[in-house]
Amino acid sequence: MDALFQFLRQLINGLQSGSIYALVALGYTMVYGIVKLINFAHGDIIMIGAYCTLFFITLFAGAGLPVWLSVIPAMIFCALLGMLCERVAYRPLRHSPRISSLITAIGISLLLQNGAQLIFSPNPQSVPKIFSADALTFGSFSISIGAIITIVVSLAIMAALQAFVKGTRLGKAMRAVSEDDGAAKLVGINVNSTIQLTFAIGSALAAVGSMLYISAYPQVQPTMGSLLGLKAFVAAVLGGIGIIPGAMIGGLIMGIFESLTKAYISSQLSDAVVFGILIIVLLVKPSGILGKNTKEKV
Amino acid sequence: MTKKTAFSYGINLLAVLVLFFVLLLLNKQGIINKYVLGILTLICINIILAVSLNVTTGCLGQIALGHAGFMSAGAYTAAIFTQAGIIPGVGGYFAGLLLGGLVAAIIGIIIGLPALRLRGDYLAIITLAFGEIIRVVIENMTITGGAQGLKGIKKLSAYDISLFGMNADFTAFAIVFFLMVLSVVLMYTMMVSRHGRAILAIREDDIASEAAGVNNTYYRTLAFTVSAFFAGIAGGMYAHYIGILGAKSFDFNKSIEILITVVLGGLGSFTGSVVSAIALTSLPELLRQFSDYRMLVYSIVLILVMIFKPSGLMGTKEFSLSRIFGGRKKVSSEKGSDTQ
Repeated sequence: MDALFQFLRQLINGLQSGSIYALVALGYTMVYGIVKLINFAHGDIIMIGAYCTLFFITLFAGAGLPVWLSVIPAMIFCALLGMLCERVAYRPLRHSPRISSLITAIGISLLLQNGAQLIFSPNPQSVPKIFSADALTFGSFSISIGAIITIVVSLAIMAALQAFVKGTRLGKAMRAVSEDDGAAKLVGINVNSTIQLTFAIGSALAAVGSMLYISAYPQVQPTMGSLLGLKAFVAAVLGGIGIIPGAMIGGLIMGIFESLTKAYISSQLSDAVVFGILIIVLLVKPSGILGKNTKEKV
Repeated sequence: MTKKTAFSYGINLLAVLVLFFVLLLLNKQGIINKYVLGILTLICINIILAVSLNVTTGCLGQIALGHAGFMSAGAYTAAIFTQAGIIPGVGGYFAGLLLGGLVAAIIGIIIGLPALRLRGDYLAIITLAFGEIIRVVIENMTITGGAQGLKGIKKLSAYDISLFGMNADFTAFAIVFFLMVLSVVLMYTMMVSRHGRAILAIREDDIASEAAGVNNTYYRTLAFTVSAFFAGIAGGMYAHYIGILGAKSFDFNKSIEILITVVLGGLGSFTGSVVSAIALTSLPELLRQFSDYRMLVYSIVLILVMIFKPSGLMGTKEFSLSRIFGGRKKVSSEKGSDTQ
């Protein structure tokens, strides 16, 4: 029975971190879907989001407001930052070779990381508790509130986003631009603002992800975004890049495998296992778990 | 060999020798001290790394994000080989480099055969994943010293060899320098040969090249393997320059650093890679007093260069001495936009 509880606990840990990966992966997947750019700066937007959340936590705690509300200004800030990055760095390069925009994204990532190091110092700062430490208990088994909130919030956001993309006019515009931006322009879609909107949504989701992340691992530092971003990106590719439910599935698979490897095999090897799964999936089905095969036209 | 190529080989050999003797003279005068010599050695190593990645990314047109993995494979192999002391003296160093290159090349084939079925971004991701796996594996093996790293690798300057009256430090640099020249020449001559043209054809249009009878899989793997081989050699040289290895220093960021060097220099341009490797290695040393703002400036410059000159500093062009001194017009130049 203990072994079963242990396994369930690891599973829930995995679901919790997997949900965070999934939220971040949504940002990667939406941006990739629409401009075919691996936005390496996305991980650092998470870091900025975390610092922003931390700043508003102290502000809100002083004003007597619930601290989780600090995610709202962080979301707004990150959305603006994402739009700014797009406007300044990615839009001029939209029709250049892919590798140039990739390098620009890396440049933005370095800029944010080193800027944060100058402003906030490279030392990690600790974060006060965001959710109450209570746990739901079923007999001798307990789940922390934070884990439940994380899983529920990310599932809800994923569903809302899917509804937005499939159901609304703006979502339709997004899908049209990702299919063919020239044709989208011809039918009267404002391509630039649609792409801006995509960046804004992706970055706002990164802010939510960063709040959930620091509620689980209460520490912020300027380099926190790089590994989280890399893993979330792997999750996006795993599920099929450009596909919203794919990001969710990819994130959850990554989280579960990572936590089970850490618990039962070796904590050092967890990264290798995660990347190994990515390699196997890419070799068997290059477009990802939910991806569709595209035919090569001559 | 036509008269023109003979002339071009001659003038480039002359330029290399002149550069070397100028450095030697400056060293004798005491202007180049041990510290500067160290930076020059690093420049040579980074040139090999950049030029070797240029074969995959510039000439084959595939983004690879795992170059540091090959470098670390070569570095650890060479270091473990010389530490075992199977071949004593400087012969062991050369054998270690060669072995490091071969191990990296074998890993390159193992990774390349499956990975090169993918294109573009997916290839970038899978090479990233392989690079990270190489790092984790090295971190968890006992022969590589695990997470503590490998210590006490005998530096090349500690072999205490002095050729032609040069001191040991300069001899060590001379060996690295001429190995660098040899590596760049080998890669360049490969790229201007029939095989190189096949690789360029794949970059321009892989379906057309396949239809024209180029064995795409063979040439893709060849370019990737050659790239890995020289990265391994550079890794071995790095190990025997720095004397201590840690798997952490060969992570994703190192791969990115090499890629940035290549892209800034201009994809497909060998001289561009060389110039950019020299600039990107020496500038941080020159700007040491601004070290707080160094990375900030670096990232801004990177973004600006990409916005205003997306094809890099040299584009796909080459800087050619024979064209300057020969006065003759070059008949053909490798043109063509990057399709990626």
